[in-house]
Amino acid sequence: MISDITIGQYYKGDSFVHKMDPRIKILITVIFIVMIFMCKNFLSLLLAGIFLVASIFASRVPFRMFFKSLKPIVPIVIFTAVINIFYIGGGKELLSLGFVSITSKGVFTAVFMAVRIVLLIMSSSILTYTTVPTMLTDAIERLLSPLKIFHIQVHTLAMMMTLALRFIPTLIEEIERIMNAQKARGADFENGSLTDRAKALVPVLIPLFVSAFRRAYELAFAMNCRCYTGGAGRTRMKQMKLHISDFAALFVFAAGFVGIILINKFFGVVI
Amino acid sequence: MKSYIEFEDVSFAYDEGEDNPVAENVIENMNLKIEKGDFVAVLGHNGCGKSTLAKLCNAILVPQQGKVYIDGTDTADEDKLYDIRQKVGMVFQNPDNQIVATIVEDDVAFGPENLGVEPAEIRRRVDEALKNVGMYEFRTFEPHKLSGGQKQRVAIAGIIAMKPDCIVLDEPTAMLDPRGRREVMDTVKRLNEEYGITVIFITHYMDEAVKAKRVIVMDKGKIVLDGKPKEVFVNIDTLKEIGLDVPEATELTRMLIEKGVNMPVDILDVDELFSYIIKLTEEKN
Repeated sequence: MISDITIGQYYKGDSFVHKMDPRIKILITVIFIVMIFMCKNFLSLLLAGIFLVASIFASRVPFRMFFKSLKPIVPIVIFTAVINIFYIGGGKELLSLGFVSITSKGVFTAVFMAVRIVLLIMSSSILTYTTVPTMLTDAIERLLSPLKIFHIQVHTLAMMMTLALRFIPTLIEEIERIMNAQKARGADFENGSLTDRAKALVPVLIPLFVSAFRRAYELAFAMNCRCYTGGAGRTRMKQMKLHISDFAALFVFAAGFVGIILINKFFGVVI
Repeated sequence: MKSYIEFEDVSFAYDEGEDNPVAENVIENMNLKIEKGDFVAVLGHNGCGKSTLAKLCNAILVPQQGKVYIDGTDTADEDKLYDIRQKVGMVFQNPDNQIVATIVEDDVAFGPENLGVEPAEIRRRVDEALKNVGMYEFRTFEPHKLSGGQKQRVAIAGIIAMKPDCIVLDEPTAMLDPRGRREVMDTVKRLNEEYGITVIFITHYMDEAVKAKRVIVMDKGKIVLDGKPKEVFVNIDTLKEIGLDVPEATELTRMLIEKGVNMPVDILDVDELFSYIIKLTEEKN
């Protein structure tokens, strides 16, 4: 069972998007998210949608993977949509039931919010599906490196992220082991009230924490033995190189960004 | 001329603390010389100081009394700390707690990256190290998808990519199944024989110690026996006294000798014993 867990949610592939520089991919994702929230009418939203679908095709990750990533957020989408329908006033009144009234602006806002959240999740999924987690943390380290002038230890942050990713499966395995050990001694995790079940988890969490601290201690030892002294004087095996195609992709998205500003300006604003 | 590793009258005690109310010496007045290219197995039951001995070898611990020299450098010299750690690599018992990266090859690259080696050279070293431990096909795997023996071999690759002169392995096989143990032992033996890497192998398995060139038996912070495996394991009484097992073949040999069979006392493994018994029966017929 444990071997099924993939760290992050990398989807193995060999597409153009997979090969892109992870720094550029992060930048493009940020640009795209800003783009989504700048859409003020349906035409601009459509343009953003086209960009997303084109990116998905370019990544050659099957669509069902994206639907899978959307599943957990369906309740959130419905919830925000409903809230927006009832609370946003203005525009034409469509329906009025005593104190509740539904307006055209409310409906538009609800639709926009739902589409935005879906696009947001799908676009960040493209990033995580096509980039190995270590490359992602590496890229974040490099993108944030200007913060060094404010004495922020960017390298340490990135190392913490890498180690967290590395130890997720190990700790899951550990939880399983401890739960089995407690079950063997008669612990019951499935039955009883919510408080009972929460209480039953205490004897799992305490050994888990103890072992996590022990692991951290041993890991620090091992890292020290491998001459780790922090970020200074460190080289990296995998270099990141920008290609012309990376700049081309960045340019295309920058053009899209401008496109959305223009559409907003010339085609009226719905919300 | 000094030996590669030299302990001069070393004593070490852990700090007093809650777990350790009386600071007793874990290592007492130890003198030890290990030559370059040697393969030394250190045997002893729990708490005899063998892990402490390992940690003294690469300056994780520094003795309170006496000196430890690595390739002529005093381990107490803090300026040379990372030189020493590069020269003497260390592999620990639990492979899970020493793998840093989420991908095998990135983990092997961790050591050389810390040393500031050029990227192309790191790539070369990583590939070479992974081939040496027979894990090259697994270079893009995630560590948690490997078996214990494979993870431990990745950990060893991570050390040899730093080009050390010596590897200290602190009970590297204690958490492995028989197959994993064999894989690790074979890998270490090959590194010693083909690349001349000095190995200090701490273990409590007799059958592993038998494969070393030199065996050191420790008890209560002192060296009790020291010599070639054949010289050490014939001291069955001393070994039993300090609570260690003796290879089964050696024990059986001794029983046979006590029954009046004429054979040498220093038989260490089953194959050797088997062929000797065949020889004896053939002589009789």
